[in-house]
Amino acid sequence: MQRREGLAKLTGRERYVDDLPLEGALWGMTVRSPAPRGRVTAVRFRPDVNWSEIVVVDYRDVPAANEILLIERDQPVLAAAYVRHVHEAVLLVAHPSREMARRAARAVDVVVAPEPPALDFRAPPRPEQIQFGRDNVLKRLQIAKGDVEQALARAPVVVEGVYETGAQEHVYLETQGMIAWLENDVLVVKGSMQCPYYVLNALQHALGRDERRVRVIQTPTGGGFGGKEEYPSTIALHAALLALKAGRPVKMVYDRPEDMASTTKRHPSLVRHRTALTTDGRLLAQDIEVVLDGGAYVTLSPVVLSRGIIHAAGPYACDNVRIVGRAMFTNAVPFGAFRGFGAPQTLFALERHMDVIARALGLDPVELRRRNLLRDGQSTATGQVIRDGTDRIAVLERALALSGYREKQHSHAAFNAAQRSQRRGIGLATFYHGAGFTGGGEVHLNSRLQVAGLPDGRVEVLSANIEMGQGTLTVFTQIVADRLGLAPEEVVIGEPDTARVPNSGPTVASRTTMVVGRLIERAADDLRHRVGLDDRARGAAVKDAIMRWHREHRGEPLLGEAVYERPPGIAWDEERYQGDAYAAFAWAAYVAEVEVDLRTCTTRVIDFVAVQEVGKVINPTLARGQVQGGVVQGLGWALMEECKVENGAMINNQLTNYIIPTSDDVPPIRVAFVENLYPHGAQGAKGLGELPIDGPAPAILNAVAAATGADPRAIPLTAERLMEIVERTH
Amino acid sequence: MTLSIGFTLNGKAVSMEADPAERLLDTLRYRLGLTGTKEGCGEGECGACTVYLDGLPVNSCLVPTYQVRGARVETIEALDPVQLGPFLEQGATQCGACTPGVVMTALWISAHPELLETHTVRELMAGNLCRCTGYDGIVDAVATTIGEVGEGGRGKGEA
Repeated sequence: MQRREGLAKLTGRERYVDDLPLEGALWGMTVRSPAPRGRVTAVRFRPDVNWSEIVVVDYRDVPAANEILLIERDQPVLAAAYVRHVHEAVLLVAHPSREMARRAARAVDVVVAPEPPALDFRAPPRPEQIQFGRDNVLKRLQIAKGDVEQALARAPVVVEGVYETGAQEHVYLETQGMIAWLENDVLVVKGSMQCPYYVLNALQHALGRDERRVRVIQTPTGGGFGGKEEYPSTIALHAALLALKAGRPVKMVYDRPEDMASTTKRHPSLVRHRTALTTDGRLLAQDIEVVLDGGAYVTLSPVVLSRGIIHAAGPYACDNVRIVGRAMFTNAVPFGAFRGFGAPQTLFALERHMDVIARALGLDPVELRRRNLLRDGQSTATGQVIRDGTDRIAVLERALALSGYREKQHSHAAFNAAQRSQRRGIGLATFYHGAGFTGGGEVHLNSRLQVAGLPDGRVEVLSANIEMGQGTLTVFTQIVADRLGLAPEEVVIGEPDTARVPNSGPTVASRTTMVVGRLIERAADDLRHRVGLDDRARGAAVKDAIMRWHREHRGEPLLGEAVYERPPGIAWDEERYQGDAYAAFAWAAYVAEVEVDLRTCTTRVIDFVAVQEVGKVINPTLARGQVQGGVVQGLGWALMEECKVENGAMINNQLTNYIIPTSDDVPPIRVAFVENLYPHGAQGAKGLGELPIDGPAPAILNAVAAATGADPRAIPLTAERLMEIVERTH
Repeated sequence: MTLSIGFTLNGKAVSMEADPAERLLDTLRYRLGLTGTKEGCGEGECGACTVYLDGLPVNSCLVPTYQVRGARVETIEALDPVQLGPFLEQGATQCGACTPGVVMTALWISAHPELLETHTVRELMAGNLCRCTGYDGIVDAVATTIGEVGEGGRGKGEA
């Protein structure tokens, strides 16, 4: 099936938040902190603006609690007397003219008495920099399996390595935006978001409104990648506060520089590996330390750290594993959800380290992985026994065959010997990604979904899960149509509007197709039962029964419903961090081929093969697009995307000098799927959306290492950074 | 101070007063209701705001409205959807925010196949940033509209 809203997007008819006409609306703008840390001593309004025309909101206008509700409540909606990062929101202004609102925001001086900021998450904080607990540690987590110390002491080989990754900006092409207005005392907030119920909960908490007096509606969302998981609560609150004070609709849409400077990014990381092995490359112990930069508020850092450490030991069998993780408080703009959610950082470190090990042992990188990849019946770092029937070696072999890995190793040797300045190399990463919320997360979410039978016989999905480009509308349509034997046009996907749809959970964590799609199937079955049919009834029989039901129950809603049920045999111990971390894993092997110019130290990826096992591929075109897009986003993170920061502020906050890949920077991304149906996902599907960003960075750096003989251990591997390494190597 | 200007927009005459600093992008979106043209970066890097000015693709965020006086402006709203089949089939759109600009550039390339004698589709599309597709769907769609076999991801890739 083709993308359902595809033609509307191709013709420019799709209406995003900034496209909606809004009578009598004001434009809202944000006044932000100029300093990374300090006490606000004064807020001065310069006289070059007619302030009687401007609506002004500060922390005193927050009706109930000046807190953005998330895991913790440490982040204020608007800073009161103290700021903890540059660009922290202090004041809001609104005016009917966007230009006047912008001028007003610039005419406010926030005066801060500076205090010493903590800006390097890798260095132990000095006493005067401590701002969270006793040591600025936001969260500590640990995984233990077997006896790591003993294994390290006895091992014939121990290989150590330190790996670093930088912040990454999402660059969703549609910036953050929200509109808010009052309608008969109901506050309506509409905009670009991944999680309508997160926004609803945040509004209720800070504004002190019960759910009957707040309503959140998602507008078609121009990319999210995690950047619209938690941040939209902030801009929604800001627009709502202005609208409540002004008594008029307020629209806030960030321009690109504001969006890049003040919203969340991928957590920077530092990962240390100490690995014990036999001389023939079998893993005996993995001792891993993971440190993340959390930034100035807790936001989602504890759960990003959780996913990060769970993925840190990789898809390998090892009896002795110790992983300690901590997320550090710093006075950086808070880091947040970004596709992969901690796993790309730890898998970069692991898969780069595997090649470092291979080089140390004089072993082929493929062979090292082949010897250690999990076989069914073996267990992960958390003791989760894998028994899904996937042949992970076959996934690897497929990637090697498609990429011509062996042939290229030989042809590269000849090429490199013949060339003065060009060097080619090929690199590999084997990895996995857990689908759905971690541990008991899905049970805690307790997602609920409805499928309505409409009077004309069509069927409507009522869910809080949203379309942001990844294909929710199309795949949900396919799942209903296939389940009930209907044509796609007989399926309606309801607008995510909290006044209408139940809370089927956030659109994150590669959970939409696998977990929510499965709820759709069960709710569709329930709908069939409610009209007196069994599970074999399809097509016209279903339509007729729905129409008959409505004739007999005029005006009543006909709803099939499903609530999340944990798949059988899954258990997680949150205290000990042991057990089944995820209901299912997607598995992958990616191969990158690069050409490095030794004169300029620029790296060009000239071929890329992505092979993965994600269960049933429900829509091949959409699935391929998810993989290709994820690979290219990962390529950007690996080679070019660098957030340059001075005194806690991003200074390249524009697309002119924060460089993301163009069509000319990337080769065709060659994609193949191995299908092994997962019995508890919709149609046998597992999660897919995040997996493709885990593999590119290590595969590409491994290829650079193979090409140049250098040993790069940090990304982004810009030309400047590679030049330093190459000069050191030769 | 405002300036009086007249131009042709999607085949129809338009006249208006415009501030000298007003961007064509804002005129189209906020004054004329043509919201198909998107803003991605505001500085001519991403191409989401691409329109045709006298038949050539330009970034409308960099064009002051007064400069289109007497000129011919065409936006995504003027395009014939019949041409868009390959874009749907190849998965050339995901979130859709870059898409109108991508389509404007892509159809301009297909209307000027002589460009492909000196440039690749990937070079010609490099002024339109897309964060979702990885570009293969877009490149394949362009290749299909000009009758070439896909050089993007499919022809070589899918096994």
